[in-house]
Amino acid sequence: MKIHVTINGAAYERDVEPRTLLVHFLRDDCGQTGTHVGCDTSSCGCCVVVVDGDRAVKSCTMFAVQADGREIRTVEGLADGGTLHPLQQAFWDQHGLQCGYCTPGMLLTAYALLKHNPAPTDADIREGLAGNLCRCTGYQNIVKSVQQAAGTLGHPSAATA
Amino acid sequence: MSTEPKPGGSLGVAMKRKEDPRFIQGKGRYVDDISLPGMLHLAIVRSPYPHAGITSIDISEAMRVPGVRAVITGKDLEAAGLGWLPTFHGFDKQMVLAIGKVLFQYQEVAAVFAESRGAAADGAEAVHVEYAPLPVVTDPFAARTDQVILRPDREKKTNHIYHWEVGDKDATARALRTSPRRISQRIWFQRCHPAPLEPCGCVAQFDAMGRLQFYVTSQAPHVYRTALAIVTGIAEDKIHVISPDIGGGFGNKVPVYPGYVCAIVGALKLGRPVKWIESRTENLTSTGFARDYHMDVEIGATDDGRMTALHVATTADHGAFDAAADPTKYPAGMFGIVTGSYDVPAAHAEVDAYFTNKAPGGIAYRCSFRVTEASYAIERAMDILADELRMDPVEVRRKNFVRKDQFPYQSRLGFTYDSGDYQKALDVALEKIGYKELLKEQTAKRLRGELMGIGFSTFTEVVGAGPSKHFDILGIKMFDSAEIRIHPTGAGIVRTGTKSQGQGHETTWAQIVAEELGLDPQNIMVEEGDTDTAPYGLGTYASRSTPVAGGAIAMAARRVREKAKKVAAHLLEVGEADVEWQDYKFQVKGVPAKSVTMKEVAFAAYTNMSQNEPGLEASYYYDPPNMTFPSGCYVAVVDVDRETGEVKVRRFLAVDDCGIIINPLIVEGQIHGGLTEGFAIAFMQEIQYDSDGNNLNTNFTDYLLPTSLETPHWETAKVTTPSPHHPIGAKGVGESPNVGSPAAFVNAVIDALSPLGVRHLDMPITRDKVWRAIRAAEAKTALA
Ligand code: FES
Ligand code: FES
Repeated sequence: MKIHVTINGAAYERDVEPRTLLVHFLRDDCGQTGTHVGCDTSSCGCCVVVVDGDRAVKSCTMFAVQADGREIRTVEGLADGGTLHPLQQAFWDQHGLQCGYCTPGMLLTAYALLKHNPAPTDADIREGLAGNLCRCTGYQNIVKSVQQAAGTLGHPSAATA
Repeated sequence: MSTEPKPGGSLGVAMKRKEDPRFIQGKGRYVDDISLPGMLHLAIVRSPYPHAGITSIDISEAMRVPGVRAVITGKDLEAAGLGWLPTFHGFDKQMVLAIGKVLFQYQEVAAVFAESRGAAADGAEAVHVEYAPLPVVTDPFAARTDQVILRPDREKKTNHIYHWEVGDKDATARALRTSPRRISQRIWFQRCHPAPLEPCGCVAQFDAMGRLQFYVTSQAPHVYRTALAIVTGIAEDKIHVISPDIGGGFGNKVPVYPGYVCAIVGALKLGRPVKWIESRTENLTSTGFARDYHMDVEIGATDDGRMTALHVATTADHGAFDAAADPTKYPAGMFGIVTGSYDVPAAHAEVDAYFTNKAPGGIAYRCSFRVTEASYAIERAMDILADELRMDPVEVRRKNFVRKDQFPYQSRLGFTYDSGDYQKALDVALEKIGYKELLKEQTAKRLRGELMGIGFSTFTEVVGAGPSKHFDILGIKMFDSAEIRIHPTGAGIVRTGTKSQGQGHETTWAQIVAEELGLDPQNIMVEEGDTDTAPYGLGTYASRSTPVAGGAIAMAARRVREKAKKVAAHLLEVGEADVEWQDYKFQVKGVPAKSVTMKEVAFAAYTNMSQNEPGLEASYYYDPPNMTFPSGCYVAVVDVDRETGEVKVRRFLAVDDCGIIINPLIVEGQIHGGLTEGFAIAFMQEIQYDSDGNNLNTNFTDYLLPTSLETPHWETAKVTTPSPHHPIGAKGVGESPNVGSPAAFVNAVIDALSPLGVRHLDMPITRDKVWRAIRAAEAKTALA
């Protein structure tokens, strides 16, 4: 099937098998390997991308054909040219990653989270990230990272819970 | 705490990680990101049966699936002399693809090579295998009876793999017999799985010269190269192993797996690159599990709580093949650390391992070879002893600690502990957690029938394998190495035999070099994981990177400094004997005003070296004189809901002594991560098999990883006793939190339940288990 998908602002037109998952489409057909695969049961969140501006979606739960006509943002499209997105900067500053495998999914989930809730409490962040597993960091520095980014994005954080 | 790196003075700086920019931009390069022209995909057909003869394998339908290029079976591999793979410590071998029969559910049976991921999966579905089921043995205690022999391929027709022991058996038995007080408890450390978020995988290709290029998720690329040379017969110079970025390892990525061998065979047979990436289910069901030790612990003590003897007899479940990646002379790893932080006058430990119809493994999961099992056993048993004596677990520990003045301490089970200050770590912990207030609160709550617990774990680890006189893998001594080149402008590169999987080597190794040479760590590049360029080393696991490779880096840097000193003497126009290294510079002895920086010397080494050998580089193969012994005091505070059995970890404090710290930011991150894994093991993780041999925890909906919601907030603190024998005094930290924390969690829960008469529960301490324990205790009281 022929589909047209916009990924990080660039148009992609590809012929895909109907069973192709969005994550495999991104990785294998479009060469965007920043989005990772960590499980077979939609449990880990390594594959999270943002669809149509503010919806965090596990791209292993969506077929590529369902992305036809939509806009996808992946980790490759977070930075603004040479400037890191405040979330990227914050993960770096706060040591919010170790092996880096969960990081793209974390960043995109946090990106959508902050769109919906620009001043989250720590508890909001923990709840918002509950679909993203990290095996390395124990989440504490990830929560700090998201708080820092929320601050940078101009929304002073609410009282921490 | 300084966070700004500067030339010199790099040790102890919380420098931001140098590797992060690529990861936060999605530019990491993990194995699955590698795509080569003409690449085929490999899918593996696995057994649904845990024990069965293979009657027939029909590949004809699979070969008709569009895109399928080849199917190979165990017979094909056997004909090529590749049917079996030696396991790392050399006591056993493992089938690559099943030959004659299968020994565990999900065992590899056939390999399908196809043009796409999907076609390979379709092809695997179309391979028809007929099995004749055989009786299944899932319990190591049943395996012991030898009623069903699982491995008739072995010379000795028994399921018993080995007996190992250490210590004085008779003296221990005598001391136990005559001890006024005794406890005994079977303590099971359940089967769990490291489950790094990135599964295992590889890409194999033979280049135009017939040289194997092998990208693989390996924690030990050089060992892989040598092992592949031995297994395949390909000359070692024709093998190039590359471990690119690795998405967590935790011991899971140490063994060589059948999928790797199949990918290489496919690449050779079909003349095209082959990729194999396992699914999560394949990861959890077939690659290296950890633990599964049933430990019978006995402690003898005086009435006032002095330990007189410790005996631990372990029954180990190794699964279908003995694939535990332990050093050759240590089939039960470093289990001899089971005397822990305590000066026990008599001790004896023994382990008997058995085959069962379960996946092979027994790997060192974020732990230095069975240290976690040992630490858990002794720390849990100390609480049982305290309960028996009606003493505060803190006091029992304090009474038996190895004292500061006893270091270096010779343990009864053969280790020489390098350094430590257990009293101090405990004092820091008690103070920080507010133990006295907590006890008061607990007393008040108990009067109201509320369940609150405080649990301690005052553990000692043994890491950094290891001295060549004791440690080897496949005969290769467990040294590690570093090679440093300083460029004319004072920038440089360091290469080591280790391989980071998230530990931050690109930062910490640069900091060691920078510290030793007075250079800027931002301009010291770190490269690992490529066997063509990195010096030979045994890799990253068992907390050996900092103790072993970290030592090699410091020593190589000192060699560079020695060379540089000659050039410095030339620049300072004095004899070499009149030059000293002071404040990260060379100076004329006693004359700080007459000095040159390493940067200036580096330039001169290429431009104005006088009679000295040009260039500025050195390498060092470091054979550590001893292991290092990180230690810690962990405290967990929990509240247990009497109605539902739910446990809430209210606070957790980790006081760690990992010797000299290279980068506090990274150390803290490692502690957070390790505690989270320990938390998971204590409360939620187990690879279970039903009595028919079915694996019940095959994905992340059944094998639970804690999310941000359940994970407690971690508090950390430190005590520092430098390792006296390590070049920079470091001991390593990555594994301490995973080793030390399970006992603290469990001790806290049992402490909470102790008013009900509960003395022990095996992990994972699920809500259901706690609920049942409470109900059972209440039923007992009602009857009484
Ligand atoms: S790959 Fe795990 S949730 Fe998508
Ligand atoms: S950083 Fe490794 S899984 Fe999150």
